[in-house]
Amino acid sequence: MAHAVFLILSRILAVLVVAFALAHPAAAQTLDTAALAKGFASRSFDDVEKAVTQLAASGSPRAEPILRALNDRLLVIAADGALLIDKAGAYENAFTGEAVTPTAKPTPIRVNNKIRTTLAAAMGALTLMSPDRQKRLEAAEAVFKSRDASARPLLDKAIAAETDARVKARLIEARAAGVLLDQTATEAERVEAVATIRARGDQDAKGLLSSLPAEVPPAVKAAADRAITAIEAELALWNVAQNGYYGLSLGSVLLLAAIGLAITFGVMGIINMAHGEMVMIGAYVTFVVQETIRTSFPGLFDYSLLIALPLAFLVAAIVGMAIERSVIRFLYGRPLETLLATWGISLILQQAVRTLFGPTNREVGAPSFMSGAFDLGGLVITYNRLWIIVFTLVVFFALLMLLRFTALGLQMRAVTQNRRMAAAMGIRTNRIDMLTFGLGSGIAGLAGVALSQIDNVSPNLGQGYIIDSFMVVVFGGVGNLWGTLVGAFTIGIANKFLEPYAGAVLGKILLLVFIILFIQKRPRGLFALKGRAVEA
Amino acid sequence: MLTAKLLADRRGLIFLAILAAAAILVPALNLLTPEGSALHVPTYAMSLMGKYLTYAILALALDLVWGYCGILSLGHGAFFALGGYAMGMYLMRQIGPRGVYGNPVLPDFMVFLNWKELPWYWYGFDWFPFAALMVVAVPGLIAFIFGWFAFRSRVTGVYLSIITQALTYALLLAFFRNDMGFGGNNGLTDFKDILGFNIQSDATRAGLFALTALTLAAAYLIARSVVMSKAGKVLLAVRDAESRVRFLGYRADNYKLFVFTLSAMMAGIAGALYVPQIGIINPSEFAPGNSIEVVIWTAVGGRGTLVGPAIGAILVNFAKTTFTTGALAPYWLFALGGLFVLVTLFLPKGIVGTASDYLARRRAAGAKPEPVAAPTPDPAE
Repeated sequence: MAHAVFLILSRILAVLVVAFALAHPAAAQTLDTAALAKGFASRSFDDVEKAVTQLAASGSPRAEPILRALNDRLLVIAADGALLIDKAGAYENAFTGEAVTPTAKPTPIRVNNKIRTTLAAAMGALTLMSPDRQKRLEAAEAVFKSRDASARPLLDKAIAAETDARVKARLIEARAAGVLLDQTATEAERVEAVATIRARGDQDAKGLLSSLPAEVPPAVKAAADRAITAIEAELALWNVAQNGYYGLSLGSVLLLAAIGLAITFGVMGIINMAHGEMVMIGAYVTFVVQETIRTSFPGLFDYSLLIALPLAFLVAAIVGMAIERSVIRFLYGRPLETLLATWGISLILQQAVRTLFGPTNREVGAPSFMSGAFDLGGLVITYNRLWIIVFTLVVFFALLMLLRFTALGLQMRAVTQNRRMAAAMGIRTNRIDMLTFGLGSGIAGLAGVALSQIDNVSPNLGQGYIIDSFMVVVFGGVGNLWGTLVGAFTIGIANKFLEPYAGAVLGKILLLVFIILFIQKRPRGLFALKGRAVEA
Repeated sequence: MLTAKLLADRRGLIFLAILAAAAILVPALNLLTPEGSALHVPTYAMSLMGKYLTYAILALALDLVWGYCGILSLGHGAFFALGGYAMGMYLMRQIGPRGVYGNPVLPDFMVFLNWKELPWYWYGFDWFPFAALMVVAVPGLIAFIFGWFAFRSRVTGVYLSIITQALTYALLLAFFRNDMGFGGNNGLTDFKDILGFNIQSDATRAGLFALTALTLAAAYLIARSVVMSKAGKVLLAVRDAESRVRFLGYRADNYKLFVFTLSAMMAGIAGALYVPQIGIINPSEFAPGNSIEVVIWTAVGGRGTLVGPAIGAILVNFAKTTFTTGALAPYWLFALGGLFVLVTLFLPKGIVGTASDYLARRRAAGAKPEPVAAPTPDPAE
């Protein structure tokens, strides 16, 4: 009994202290901090819940940290009844933010599930006012999904205060969701709400409209049904577009892996089974460059890929030229033997990398400009995929230019078309062979830099691309870069459109079967070379 | 006359004699000598040798198409695996109610996937003759259909190699799927018995070994009779100058189709003998790398010699076992890769081809100007 009396007294004292403390901060003037602190300190969960609701409704800037602390079980009551926030052992006054050193260890405020629910809703509503745009956006989404009609006053306030167009739109949608489900709203208001949600037009909007309760008036229901149909049609369209984008992305990866092969196989006729390993070498060069930058020049991290590009090209090109000089040049005119020898080289390269770097995946980080994504209408576009598409096209056209407008390109074409005549004109065909093979390998190295961003950098990296690359080159037509481009994007897009119906693996199998059949029909690919070169 | 020709070949006779001796001696040394005796052949060693012999059959089959017809198939591992799967399905059905789940009809993995009844393509596999038929029919049929399209539209050389590789890659992906009903990733395993004999017992293993050795001998004889026949001459001609053969009025496609299908069937039989001795078949057998390895066995031994590829398969796999079980394991891929490069560069005729060249030269230089034995095939494609 005496204990209880003491407790009450101490709380009254605490209230007085808090009231004093709150005399000056302007924002706190609107807060009945005494009553709130009393509520939080109460042993009754109902009182605590009431305090949460009051605090949330007050709109005070301190409300958010206090509620967050409560949620994290960091809101404590000092022995003197003061409400404190536990900041990793140091305490501050919950309402003023002043540092406080309690005499005894304060007791945390207990919460039950009911309070947690109230807390979550209150915090969602509160963060609508957060100065952080991203937080406001998330909060608006959370309210939209909770379909909480009671948050409407707060939403109205937030909408009035909002300056960012995108957040504002989300807020209005969240409000509409509340209105739609509010039985007290007029029919006109609710139909208008349907229109707002229809304009949002995504999966969530469709979900909300299709799960309307039975009580809605027929007019609202009819409007909702129309909206659902419209949204579905729109979503289907976006879905096609998204698949198309994924297809472009896959196609660009295929193209990137295959361009080098289009040179070595398509132009020179060498079956280079070690092509995938050139890609792998490029990826490992990227890894080494990033490691060096991480340990020595951390400031350059965002440029690591740009630095890796020329190095990867050089390393892969040098390895490629070494292979050409030491093995392949003895096997010209014997494509099947070349296939076997280069397969052997690919095994050796894989094992060499495994010995040097270990068999496990190596981590290659993404520079800041390649991480994240943005929405384009209903499309989600990730920056890394977008950059890879751009990069692929740049490499492709650069190669095209090189073949068409440089002396090296001219000599390459001459040697491919008529080796003996080219030699008679004074072209050193051996040197051109070496350089062409080096070019193809170097481009594979460039591909490795890009692929390190979306694939595991492991000794097996190249193996995953070799069959696909050959398919692309053969499908597109050997000796024709444009064919490779069309082949890669056709295969990529077809693959992504097959996937939803057949599943990823079956889609791929179907595509392989299709290519096998296609080669029967047109053994020389989509864009076949004509004339004597065919028989060579 | 054909028989006489077959027996006139000394190299082949030695090969057959060795096989016959192995078929008798190895099982005898395994079963009749006590464990610990110097002459005892442990069961695991016998199974290992049995595995090499199945690979030898596979290499022989590949030699038939590559060495004699110039078709470099990078998909022979697929025919091998298909034969293996047919045998594996038979062995699965023989488990009966002894599986972990005790279902008398469904193999364990189907029970695990919550399937209620046997898929239609598993029907009949509990009956050995049907399974044995499928061992040759499935690879044969796939090879026939594939070859029918490919040869008719004149897909040749590296293009053919690449699409055979695509074929085995597609099958690899397909067999990895659980929905296919072939055990997915894990494949078929936990076999109990074959034709009523316990598959683990020494006697069964010995029998399987002897059977494998005899099958290799039979495969050799069949392949030999094909290449010695008139059709075999056409095959050689197709290898060396396909267009000319066509202009001479031969239907080159039909010859190629015949030998490709026959070869696939042989590969299927090799796979069927492989599975009971190894005790498992899983999709990794379809891996494109495996098929390419078969090519190197053939090349090491000497393409176009029939005996050579069998020897190459045994040698390379013996080396592989030696390497990968010891401290040298990390260097095996260097060795294998080096083998690919060195053999193509310096030993284009393989061991047997080079050796017989050498012998022929010595004989020619020795006494009389005797006509050189049948010329070994030109390594050029």
